[in-house]
Amino acid sequence: MTFATALRCRECAREYPLAALHVCEFCFGPLEAAYDYAAIARATSRGRIAAGPETMWRYADFLPVDAAQRIDLHAGFTPLVRSHNLAERLGLRELYIKNDTVNPTWSFKDRVVAVASSKARELGYSTLACASTGNLANSVSAHAARAGMEAYVFIPSDLESGKVLGSAIYAPNLIAVDGNYDEVNRLCTEVADRYPWAFVNINVRPYYSEGSRTLGFETAEQLGWRAPDHCVVPIASGSLFTKIYKGLKEFEKVGLIGPVQTRMSGAQADGCSPVATAYREGSMNFRPVKPKTIAKSLAIGNPADGYYALRQLKETGGSCASVSDAEVIEGMKLLAETEGIFAETAGGVVIASLKQLVETGKIGRDEVTVAYITGAGLKTQEAVAEHVVQAHHVSPQLEAFEARLGLGVEQRQSAAVEVR
Amino acid sequence: MSVKVKIPTPLRRITGERDIVEGGGASLAECIVGLDGQFPGLRERLCDEQGELRRFVNVYVNGEDVRFLSGLSTPLKQGDEVAIVPAVAGG
Repeated sequence: MTFATALRCRECAREYPLAALHVCEFCFGPLEAAYDYAAIARATSRGRIAAGPETMWRYADFLPVDAAQRIDLHAGFTPLVRSHNLAERLGLRELYIKNDTVNPTWSFKDRVVAVASSKARELGYSTLACASTGNLANSVSAHAARAGMEAYVFIPSDLESGKVLGSAIYAPNLIAVDGNYDEVNRLCTEVADRYPWAFVNINVRPYYSEGSRTLGFETAEQLGWRAPDHCVVPIASGSLFTKIYKGLKEFEKVGLIGPVQTRMSGAQADGCSPVATAYREGSMNFRPVKPKTIAKSLAIGNPADGYYALRQLKETGGSCASVSDAEVIEGMKLLAETEGIFAETAGGVVIASLKQLVETGKIGRDEVTVAYITGAGLKTQEAVAEHVVQAHHVSPQLEAFEARLGLGVEQRQSAAVEVR
Repeated sequence: MSVKVKIPTPLRRITGERDIVEGGGASLAECIVGLDGQFPGLRERLCDEQGELRRFVNVYVNGEDVRFLSGLSTPLKQGDEVAIVPAVAGG
């Protein structure tokens, strides 16, 4: 069962049945799941959630699918790590890293695909499909394999090898398109019109996007049932950015947490910053761009939820940063070296943006801040391969090792002192 | 002069379920006015009260987003392909 009651247009509020629809027939506005919140409030409780599975499915009461029929790779309920080293480096009193690199296919996309694939099967589809910058293709391929469904995943042909392999291993129909993500997406919109496939981010997008709210739910629960003061979230399409906040507001609405006054800040790469640019110009209308950045998972030049992201920046008093590719690499290294978390390029964008927002006073030093790290670093090795420490090559002799590292009597004595 | 116009699912009720129709006009704006003559109501669905393309409609001429061209003033010539595509997809 589900507490979702209909799909509703975000623009004109026309309602539609809970089918494979994503666009309002009248105004082309996006459809979004509507819920019976009074019923959710009666059903849910902190205890009921805490007694649930240690996955995103502990929030099943808030999802627009029948959880009993779910396709489950154990996505979600990832660690919310209290940062000490990075926090100190940046001068923040209370910083947390939401480490979504540890999902089944190593990115937050498992949350959205868990919902979309479950709904697709519930609606009778036998084929899953998507337009992807890589992470989504990995997750769709894996969930299709788990569910015994066929998969068609479309990616730009210039993706990192880890992201290509990360789909290929599950044996989907893997289509590498000679074009950027926006062109892939447009092709898929036309393919979706013609074939009876569940494109997770097109015709079943209203269900898909709801999966991202679980990041907001988890943040609140893991902080001890409270909302943070400030979130820093990567912006590609803008969907994740808006849904994390929606999750926090829904927890407030059903009484699980107190008033939410979270400021939502976005993170983009300079080479693809339509939202950050519009934000700086004080505009609610972004101009699409042709992306050019190493942060390929954020390289969406024509963001579907860009308008809503801009509105949310304004409404919550957040800011939108953008950072250079060099800063992205520094951000990846900084997170790894201070917290032991190896993020993909999007994580580098988040950490570099976090640093920028703190340094420019946009994030207060006393704000309880959460930075969202959405994908794992082994997927984008090319970006940092030339920028990390190199191995010390030695022959297998103690003397050779000591000579190579310049170790001697002095270091041995100090070690002995420490042991005592 | 004629151009090929691709119609997305949400508009096919207006075009009698046709996914490709023929249009004309020297610019995208003229083309839309012409289509509205053939299929009354189509223009209102694509353009807002100010006459601008709705926020969630993407229009491509020969594969290029008209927002990278000249918007509604984008010129059309014989044989061009105009694709109307819902903007809310992906991510």
